[in-house]
Amino acid sequence: MSEITSITTPIRLDYTYTAGHATQRFLLGMAEGRILGQRCPECAKVYVPPRGACPKCGVPTTDEVEVTGKGTVTTFCIVRIPSDVLSVPPPFTCAHVLLDGADLPFFALIQECEFDKVRMGMRVEAVWAPKAELAATFESIRYFRPIAEPDAPYESYKEHL
Amino acid sequence: MPLRDVAIVGFAQSASVRRESSKNEVEMLMPVLREAKRQAGLRGSDIGVTVSGSCDYLAGQPFAFVSALDAVGAWPPIVESHVEMDGAWALYEAWVKLQTGEADAALVYAFGKSSMGDLPEVLTIQLDPYTTAPLWPDAVSLAALQARAYLEKTGTSERDLAAVAVRSRRAAAANPMAQVRASADVDALLATPYLASPLRTHDCPPISDGCAAIVLACGAAVKKSAATPVWIRGIDHRIEAHALGVRDLAASPSTRLAGEKAGVGTGRIDLAELHAPFTHQELILRAALGLGADVDVNPSGGALAANPMMVAGLLRIGEAAARLAGGAGRRAVAHATSGPCLQQNLVCVLERD
Repeated sequence: MSEITSITTPIRLDYTYTAGHATQRFLLGMAEGRILGQRCPECAKVYVPPRGACPKCGVPTTDEVEVTGKGTVTTFCIVRIPSDVLSVPPPFTCAHVLLDGADLPFFALIQECEFDKVRMGMRVEAVWAPKAELAATFESIRYFRPIAEPDAPYESYKEHL
Repeated sequence: MPLRDVAIVGFAQSASVRRESSKNEVEMLMPVLREAKRQAGLRGSDIGVTVSGSCDYLAGQPFAFVSALDAVGAWPPIVESHVEMDGAWALYEAWVKLQTGEADAALVYAFGKSSMGDLPEVLTIQLDPYTTAPLWPDAVSLAALQARAYLEKTGTSERDLAAVAVRSRRAAAANPMAQVRASADVDALLATPYLASPLRTHDCPPISDGCAAIVLACGAAVKKSAATPVWIRGIDHRIEAHALGVRDLAASPSTRLAGEKAGVGTGRIDLAELHAPFTHQELILRAALGLGADVDVNPSGGALAANPMMVAGLLRIGEAAARLAGGAGRRAVAHATSGPCLQQNLVCVLERD
């Protein structure tokens, strides 16, 4: 008699995601080519994307703040394995980008730049999808690219590493 | 006897609704956590330990319970724990932590948004993954197996079950947080079709989205609070075997034992909040806990009126405590269940000074 080593029991569960008020505002902004965050009424930090709460103070973030697509690379990594999701060939660079006026860096792809030229403090800007392709998704920002500005000093982003 | 007397000094809940389609879990929780702490008169810095109960399968997101911490404000880093269970078990863990003397106040919360997925399917995957879950028996069908066993063994009628539904739903009329708050009479209910014989719709809980929070305190933290303390005099939980076939589904020996350990029988019980999502389960639990006809059972309407998954057990403790604090009695039993057919049960005895 042969030993049973595996059986297949298919399970599929479908969910309807509830974005919530804050993330909904952010996603609708994406469809208009705008970046909307929220400010904490207690510590004044600005969260982009917002989740409706300040994770440090545990209070609702009610004031909406619009920021531009310009920001600073706070840290980065060079990816040398192919991605199933990103359609760019390795090596490529992913970074934490801190938008000007925001306090929460987020994960982003850096393009229009040699992969090994990306550095901490580098100034970058969002490259949006063509207007007709803007939608209520973070993917409306295709990637970030360098801009001709001097690097941001370390002190300006060291709190956000 | 507990080493330290622990009191419930704050309780808040969201309204239970079929579908909370605009707020995410964090947005649901924030006002509830704030209200529970306000009642307790305690600030975040007074809370020595935070414990939550929820299920990532309801949200369909790994570590959804960590995301929920945004509602708490985990900075500076807090002492926190999570149980993938009803919040009543989170309360038990917090109670144990208070017994150790490592904290004097605890925040306990639970949340569940069943509307995001297909609840019967989600509940099925808690079953044995090799021999039971592949057959996809849903929670109502399993409860119906139990109901049949109970009716046949005890001679209880479907009319008796309908009477439980009518009493619960009508009691919920006075509970603005409940979801089902009115009922047709027994005859009208019995004229409705079966969902899974012998159970009809009124024998089953509504599907609910909701959340709740309780603040526990002991020692100086109780004196600091402005709330009327409701003391946890005993608390215990017991589990039965996983395979439904090896259990006597018509009785709840785990509830009986937990009730004995918690001291249910050592004094008069004025009211009870029993976590019975199905009508026949209330009757099984009454018998297991030895509650007579003089005990006011589920004055909130119970889980038949509002059943947010992972929350409804914690709600029983909060509802019972709130009623005692409001003067509705001096001593109460609160019960929570988890798993199919009353698999696991927690019993808590509450008392007001």
